Amino acid sequence: MSTSHDDDRRKAPAGERVADWADGRLGIYGLAKANMRKIFPDHWSFMLGEICLYSFIIIILTGVYLTLFFHPSMNEIEYHGSYVPMQGQLMSEAYASTLDISFDVRGGLLIRQIHHWAAIIFLAGMFVHMMRVFFTGAFRKPREINWLFGFLLFVLGMFTGFTGYSLPDDLLSGTGVRFTQGAILATPIVGTYISMFLFGGEFPGGDFVARFYSIHILLLPGIMLGLVVGHLILVFYHKHTQFAGAGRSNKNVVGMPLLPVYMAKAGGFFFLVFGFIAMLSAVASINPIWVLGPYRADQVSTGAQPDWYMGFAEGLIRAMPGWEINFAGHTLVLGVFIPLVIFGLFLGVIALYPFIESWITGDKREHHILDRPRNAPTRTAFGVAWITAYMIMLIGGGNDIIATSFHMSINAVTWFVRIGFFAGPVIAFIVTKRICLGLQRRDKDKVLHGRESGIIKRLPHGEFVEVHEPLSQEQLHVLTAHEQYEPAEIGPTVDENGVERKVKAPQKLKSRLSKAYYGEDGQIPKPTAEEYQEITSGHGHH
Amino acid sequence: MKKLSARRRHPLAAVVVLLIALAATGGIYTLVAPPDKAKADETAQTLTIEEGQKLYAVGCASCHGTGGKGTTDGPSLVGVGAAAVDFQVGTGRMPAQQPGAQVPKKKNIYSQAEIDQLAAYIASLGAGPTVPTENQYSPEGADIAEGGELFRTNCAQCHNFTGKGGALTNGKYAPTLEDVDPKHLYEAMETGPQNMPSFPDTTLTEQNKKDIIAYLDEVNSDKSESPGGLELGGLGPVSEGLFGWVFGLGGLIAVAVWVAARTAKARKS
Repeated sequence: MSTSHDDDRRKAPAGERVADWADGRLGIYGLAKANMRKIFPDHWSFMLGEICLYSFIIIILTGVYLTLFFHPSMNEIEYHGSYVPMQGQLMSEAYASTLDISFDVRGGLLIRQIHHWAAIIFLAGMFVHMMRVFFTGAFRKPREINWLFGFLLFVLGMFTGFTGYSLPDDLLSGTGVRFTQGAILATPIVGTYISMFLFGGEFPGGDFVARFYSIHILLLPGIMLGLVVGHLILVFYHKHTQFAGAGRSNKNVVGMPLLPVYMAKAGGFFFLVFGFIAMLSAVASINPIWVLGPYRADQVSTGAQPDWYMGFAEGLIRAMPGWEINFAGHTLVLGVFIPLVIFGLFLGVIALYPFIESWITGDKREHHILDRPRNAPTRTAFGVAWITAYMIMLIGGGNDIIATSFHMSINAVTWFVRIGFFAGPVIAFIVTKRICLGLQRRDKDKVLHGRESGIIKRLPHGEFVEVHEPLSQEQLHVLTAHEQYEPAEIGPTVDENGVERKVKAPQKLKSRLSKAYYGEDGQIPKPTAEEYQEITSGHGHH
Repeated sequence: MKKLSARRRHPLAAVVVLLIALAATGGIYTLVAPPDKAKADETAQTLTIEEGQKLYAVGCASCHGTGGKGTTDGPSLVGVGAAAVDFQVGTGRMPAQQPGAQVPKKKNIYSQAEIDQLAAYIASLGAGPTVPTENQYSPEGADIAEGGELFRTNCAQCHNFTGKGGALTNGKYAPTLEDVDPKHLYEAMETGPQNMPSFPDTTLTEQNKKDIIAYLDEVNSDKSESPGGLELGGLGPVSEGLFGWVFGLGGLIAVAVWVAARTAKARKS
């Protein structure tokens, strides 16, 4: 069919033809054109999310390998594999197949350790990423939804991790599952029913490994994958935030284009993360289930803790006194139920923080320039207080390990945690706020008087002064770019005719909170242009 | 009888009676008396106990009282047996340095001979468990897997899965069992030192104890292998979490900072 006319035409290069072929079917040209030059600003803290994304990918890849050899079954069998100290022991197929993965599958132990270390790092990375977003105020409009996506990823990650930790059916994880069942049972009214439903009868039954398996490999990761995609689409849609600097505004993004620079960097960083986690997994053991033994409901070991991301919940239960109420033949186990409620509230408050802050400020504008943490002292102090409470409960979760490692009394550690959970955040709040305000004063001082140069000058009349170097225009911009809110006033409650105006309680609360955030004690007024002019023009000042 | 009676005043009569008496005494003695060696041992035993008593008076009596009767500072040692002494002194726990929640393991300053003397003295105060012989506690010929199961059932709730130790109330603790002498493991199970319950042969048979010792020898001694790499103390998720945060995430953040610092910078105008 071809004619000589066609042959005459010079053929397009192969790459162009492939692109043309794909564009004709997928319409990628428009997509690529819109996004290939997408700009990403450069800062190491913007790569925390990448660490999470890459470790998530690593978890999925290694997880697929593990599913090829893992038997999610609680059928009891006698072990005859290659690990001598378990020879002839009765155990579930789940535990036996995990032993096989560790000792008899080629590369199995390394993959298992990569999977587990990557999970530890994934959750830790999400925590730090979340804190980066929190302290820089990156959660403000238009990114509140994305903040919630991230929060959900963290919570789902916790439960995916927990279900995965439970799958090998070893003595440690079995104790953890028992702990969870206890927490479920402590829920009033529905607890018993949920427990019976989840475990298919009395604990431990013969079902939970298979059920946790589909939750762990299908349900939760499926939702998480969707959320990750949504999270990334929103990052693309909103464009990335950036720190204040000369030439950067709320309306632009300064950085590297997605293609080729950013893509090369991100691709390279993926391999660095993969390599680093693989190296870690080749060097350090994690969850050596072979020495833990198969789960049996009549056995338990000391030092039984969940992975770190559930340590907060563990700590709450360990610190809580074992109160309970018996009423009309029913028992309400407050010693477990109260920690359960605190666990939900504590996570919930950080999830809802963006909405709380925007309600207090009443600010409905978009923000693409990040705050320096010191310029939002109350928010920063709140975040540090939250982390303090979290960390104290992590200590509580490991109270026995801390007690033996540092030769202390476990009771003393527990009392420290009980008091610290309430006192620690208050102290952290006050201290952090003072530090932030101090740094703001220092910034103001630097703007107005310049940087201390360390050079001492002697004046003709004998006075010694230190020479202060004025800051560059760029540095001045960084220190003064932030905007400061005015505290929201309710206004006069009595009008000119002496009629009292009704002020609703939420509004009063809002006004008081606003005052705490942006009142006299909440921020140091940043230097105005007039102040700067006056000081820099008057040569009498140094 | 008449003949005998008639000759009772014979000049040699006394000699004959003496010979008969001596023969009888000697004969009965040889039948009844213990052999010579045992006699020497008894003397040695008495000596050992005496030596032990001297050591006791110097090192132990201030708390445990004279004669091992016990005081407010230390319990009675009547009936604790030689095994308890061999364990407590052999691991350096006794003599205690100071009172406290629990007496820690420390360097033993007694020779084995001195410990044996002390043990003999304490054993002489009242019957108790004796020091086990090597074939009782040697891990050879034991069932490691069985030992593991017994360990997880009876010991792990205080000593951790592999005997890394754990916390008890108010500063007390179950010590680590890493590289503890098999003899001391056996004695500890038998006598239940300090806060530990005792596991006499009626609870854990001799074979059971051997199995447990063999299990610990396999998983928690200097010859134990850690197939996964660094053991991180064998303390479970707490140390793993700390390691993951510090070296895992910490390392990755360091990598991130390194990558961010080496970027294609826009040319300064």
